[in-house]
Amino acid sequence: MIEIQQPKEVIAPDGKQYSYLNLGPTHPATHGIFQNVLKLDGEVIVESTPTIGYIHRAFEKLAERRPFGQITPITDRLNYCSAPINNIGWHMAVEKLMGVDIPKRVQYLRVIIMELARISDHIICNAVIGVDTGALTGFVYLFQQRELVYEIYEEICGTRLTTNIGRIGGFERDFSPKAWEKINRLLKELPEVLKEFEGLLNRNRIFMDRTIGAGGISAERALNYSFTGPNLRAAGIDYDVRVMNPYSSYQDFDFIIPVGKNGDVYDRYMVRQEEMWQSLSIIKQAMDKLPEGSYHADVPEFYLPPKEQVYNNIEALIYHFKIVMGETEIPKGEIYHCVEGANGELGFYVISDGGRTPYRLHFRRPCFIFYQAYPEIVKGSMLSDAILTMSSMNVIAGELDA
Amino acid sequence: MMEAADQQKICAVINEKFEGEIVESGMIRDFYTIVLKKDKITDIIGYLYHHAETKFQFLTTLCGIHYPDQNQIAVMYQLHNLHTNQRLRLKIFLPQDRPEVNTLTSVFAAANWMERETYDFFGVNFIGHPNLKRILNVEDMIIHPLRKEYPLEDQTREDKNDSMFGR
Repeated sequence: MIEIQQPKEVIAPDGKQYSYLNLGPTHPATHGIFQNVLKLDGEVIVESTPTIGYIHRAFEKLAERRPFGQITPITDRLNYCSAPINNIGWHMAVEKLMGVDIPKRVQYLRVIIMELARISDHIICNAVIGVDTGALTGFVYLFQQRELVYEIYEEICGTRLTTNIGRIGGFERDFSPKAWEKINRLLKELPEVLKEFEGLLNRNRIFMDRTIGAGGISAERALNYSFTGPNLRAAGIDYDVRVMNPYSSYQDFDFIIPVGKNGDVYDRYMVRQEEMWQSLSIIKQAMDKLPEGSYHADVPEFYLPPKEQVYNNIEALIYHFKIVMGETEIPKGEIYHCVEGANGELGFYVISDGGRTPYRLHFRRPCFIFYQAYPEIVKGSMLSDAILTMSSMNVIAGELDA
Repeated sequence: MMEAADQQKICAVINEKFEGEIVESGMIRDFYTIVLKKDKITDIIGYLYHHAETKFQFLTTLCGIHYPDQNQIAVMYQLHNLHTNQRLRLKIFLPQDRPEVNTLTSVFAAANWMERETYDFFGVNFIGHPNLKRILNVEDMIIHPLRKEYPLEDQTREDKNDSMFGR
């Protein structure tokens, strides 16, 4: 007769009985492919072990075989919630390597696009914080506005999520009147919805009870973990690349850097919320001050000539061929260029040996760097807070795994 | 852009305690870069972290670079002083067949995953690292893929003529 074996109870040396839970990799509440093995004492997290790399696509290796212009689509897939910032950051890195002067108009147009991207990224993050606390309504309203941002991208470059926006040296064409119309529509409609959204959550007793004190990190620890972006600012450090190392004429605009105090979920939410208002203000300023001029710099090695010229002008034909085949000459050099991505300092470290592709390209991905603090942050908190912490840190799988 | 006086100050701070560790220093474009000997890198970064005149208390990034021609793997550290907004790049060169260097995790918690990534892709052994294992690639991988000896495309392909289109 077969004896039925009962599972043995595992008792830890301290006399407690822990349970282990696999959070992810494909759990809907993790909003991406993240795996965390949680060691739980009741509902309290004792230990968390994250595993990353589920969507690793070897971008740094791929980039070593791609001409500079063809690396832009790779950067789309880093932080895919705000792809234009990555694209433009990469363009600016190459321009810095080549030492190109960029017309003021291009810089202002870039600022408009980058701030739109920041808004759409923060919309996702904050709306999802709402969802994870049980408030689905705000999510639906804000996502309607995110759709407007995507329609603007569509009007400018023809794509929505992975935008591949612009070219090295500027934009492939000027913004159409339809694009300006859509930007104006967003500037008119978003503030109303944003106010409504804030009315729903900012002073909501349930939301505040749920988020204040959850997932907090001190300023010292945040700095030691090299936090950047809204997560660092929520902890009380006013580090913003747009102000510290202004790029693309950010010094021309008036805006404030919102900072939090406790570095918890509520502060991160509030910092992002205020940043959206600041972004709106920057877009308005850029539109008011928008200078006349060309929408691209004079870099024939990178800027595809107009089609009529390709068919009728030998020089344009040569450049067209060279750009498409990736045969442009790049000076030797080593540069680091960083932009303020939606999640923090997004850096491009490029070494060029004069070949057609970079010798080495390293992305400083803010998500990869701050996600390692997650086990420390969630230690001792409840399981439901851990989910909220992850969505409030806005960890994007594409940027994490590169 | 860092002033010449600030550059000298940083070198002086390093020389104060670590005489003879600086191999060379200079501006690379707009970035001040110091090449150091590899043995005391953790101590030097720790010293720059605490010293009142430098205070490089933020680790921006860390990565490896492979130079197969010189049989070397470089490790690049980028530090940032958030008070004065100065950035500093430190570089060390390790022998390719046995790349070993002390870990930076005792100074910066952020170095943990960055070093794991460098180990994963270049095989750099960070001595004293609390959990040095692969991070982005699968654990049973046997190569360190960002080294130059592993080409990206199948090199047996014959439909592409690389002599015409470069590397």
